Formats: sequence, structure tokens, C-alpha cells
Amino acid sequence: MLSSLDIFGSSPEMMALFVGFGLVVGILFGFFGMGGSFLVTPALLMLGYDASVAVGSGMAFVFGTAVIATLKHHDLGQVDYKLGVIMIIGTTIGIEVGRASVYYLEALGLAGGVISVAYVVLLGGIGAMVTREALKSDGGGGIDHEAADKDLSEYEIPEIAQTIQETVRIPPMVTLRGDIRVSAWVITAVAFSTGLLSGFLGVGGGFIRMPAMIYAIGVPVPVAVGTDLFEIVFSGGIGSYLYGQGGGVSLAIVAPLLFGSALGARIGSAATAVVDSDGIKIYFGGMLLAGAVAVGIGEVGSYLGNQLLETLGLVLVIGAAVVVAGAIIYTTVASLRATRSQRAPAAD
Amino acid sequence: MAGLEVPTWDPQTALLIGAILVEAFVLYVGYGGLEKLLGPRLMTFLVGGESSAE
Repeated sequence: MLSSLDIFGSSPEMMALFVGFGLVVGILFGFFGMGGSFLVTPALLMLGYDASVAVGSGMAFVFGTAVIATLKHHDLGQVDYKLGVIMIIGTTIGIEVGRASVYYLEALGLAGGVISVAYVVLLGGIGAMVTREALKSDGGGGIDHEAADKDLSEYEIPEIAQTIQETVRIPPMVTLRGDIRVSAWVITAVAFSTGLLSGFLGVGGGFIRMPAMIYAIGVPVPVAVGTDLFEIVFSGGIGSYLYGQGGGVSLAIVAPLLFGSALGARIGSAATAVVDSDGIKIYFGGMLLAGAVAVGIGEVGSYLGNQLLETLGLVLVIGAAVVVAGAIIYTTVASLRATRSQRAPAAD
Repeated sequence: MAGLEVPTWDPQTALLIGAILVEAFVLYVGYGGLEKLLGPRLMTFLVGGESSAE
């Protein structure tokens, strides 16, 4: 446990790397409302940390980030506490099963490999989906920033969610914000599945749970975002505690990551008011795909004992995130300057 | 291993998670204050005039 508290045991270079990476992750999280946390665990794995430390610290980082974001969304009234409590129960069980699987696989010496493969499949799948959606239309992954301004009653329930609501009517039925009636079992099933992934991969699960809440349960986008964050505070807190008991949470990793990401999230969040996210979604999808390739390359390098491939994987995963975060900042500043130059002649 | 594990009370782990929670609160308040204090100056520096990013 002492090693978990040796915040000064980390080198200044590593601390700076974590603060910088946290900043990048925070910008992505603040802008897209998802998609930062799941870069942390593979990056830690590629830096040579044990699977339990990489997953446990990744989860503790998610917990801290969720606390900060929930404080903001609470003020906006975008949290459905009833939905949140049911989600918490299902997710907690899922996380525990996922966490037990990690330790079991670690005992077999398979944890690193299996987790990396799961990341490749997950990042690749979601990355391909987001990229396809971004290319196809103005929809896609992440938060629809314009939608966040609409009244909750104005939201249309996705077709698939309507079908689920009409088909699965196993009591008890629950009424959620936006007058949505859905079986508590549907919510529990969504919560358990996403909790399982969360515990296994050390991610908040928001990038799976948020679309699941929208498309499987049918809740409005802002409520899905706010409730998801509220839920991550609990699930991430419990998950971090359980990993912490096994020595899997390193404050030397989490503290600098959080320090950077809290600032980045403010920058990313402010950028949403200026930049249309649709144009950047394609980069986001590309980043996920690059992340999948990077983890794959790193794993092959690790298997072959090739240090160069391992380094290449690490550079790719961090580089892809840096490029997208840089694109967000660049586009934001350019948009602000363009707006100002348009206003200036009008004022003359 | 396959069974569900009930979290047991561990003061050191609670301290560790508590430290992360406190850091999150401090950063939320601290960066919020910094944004109010330095935000306008930063906007002036970046775009040459104050624009609202809210």
C-alpha cells in the first residue's frame, strides 16, 4: 500500500508526461463528453505498468474526472437520480465480475494480452462506427451540442428504444425524466453489461453506456450524459476502492493525470460553445482507430520482445489523442478570431 | 475468485480514494476561480479581444 501513496516516487519527467496526457484527455472528454479515459489504461499498459495498476489507476482517474463533471451537470438539472440508482446497482455487480476476471486472468498470466485484445476490438468497433456515422450524416458519437439546449420533452425516442419499451414490459416498470416508461430489467441489463466492461477494462464505460442509455432505454441526451456521470462517480469510486485494496491504484499516476485533465475538460467544454463538433467527429473516430492499431502494435512488440514496436504503439496512441486535442484548440481559436474579425467591420 | 466480493473497510485505501476525491473538489473550485480571474486576459491574448466562450 505504501507504493500507492508514494506520490514523490515518480520521476519529474513521468509527472510531466501524466499532466500533459491528462490535459489532452481532459480536452477530449470536455469536448466530446466521452472518449478520454479509455486511452489512459492502454497507455499505462504500454508504459510497462502491471495490468491491475493500469486498470485500477485508470478507473481512479475516471472517478476523479466524473466527480468534477457531475458537479457541473448537477447545477444544470440533467441528472435522473432514479435511473442513476438502478444503474449503480447493475453496474456495481458488473464491475465486480469484470474486476474478478482481471485478477483471475492475471493469475493465469493472460491479463495483459486479453485486455489489450478487448481494447483493440472495442476501440476498433466504436471507432469504425463513429467514423461511419460522421461520414454518413451529422449524427454520430459524442454529445450533440445543439441538442443539449433543447427541452427534454422535445426529444424523439430512437426507434430501437421505442421497440424495446413496447416489447420488454416485465414489471416493475419505471418512469424516467421526459415521461419515459421502461422495465427496470432493461436498465439493469444495460447497467450490468457496461459495468462488466468497465471493471474489466478500467474505463468509466461512458462511451458505451451513454449510447446504450439513449438507444436501449430511450432517455434524452442531456439526461443520459448527466446520469451517466452521476453513476460513474459511484461505480468508479467503488471500483477504485476495490482495486486500491489490491494495491492497484497509484496516486503518483492518478494525481498528475487529474491535475491536467481538470484543466483540459474546462478548455474542451468551453470549445463546444464555439466549434461545431460534427467536423471533428471524424478525427475522433480516426483517433479511436489509431488507438486500436497502436494497442495492437504494442502487443505484437511485447510478444516479439521488440522495444521499437512497443514504443511505436505508445507514440501512436498518445500522438493520435494529441492531434485531435490540438485540432479542437486550433479550430476554436480560429473560429473566435473569425467571429471577431467579422464583428470588427460591422462595428466600424 | 468467481464470487462477488463485498468491499471491506480499509483505512489506507479509503484515505487514497478520499485524496482523489479531495483533489477533484480542489481542482473544480481552483480552476473555476482561475478561469474567472485569468479567462478574459487569456481571451485577449488568444484572439486579440474579449469573446465569450460560454
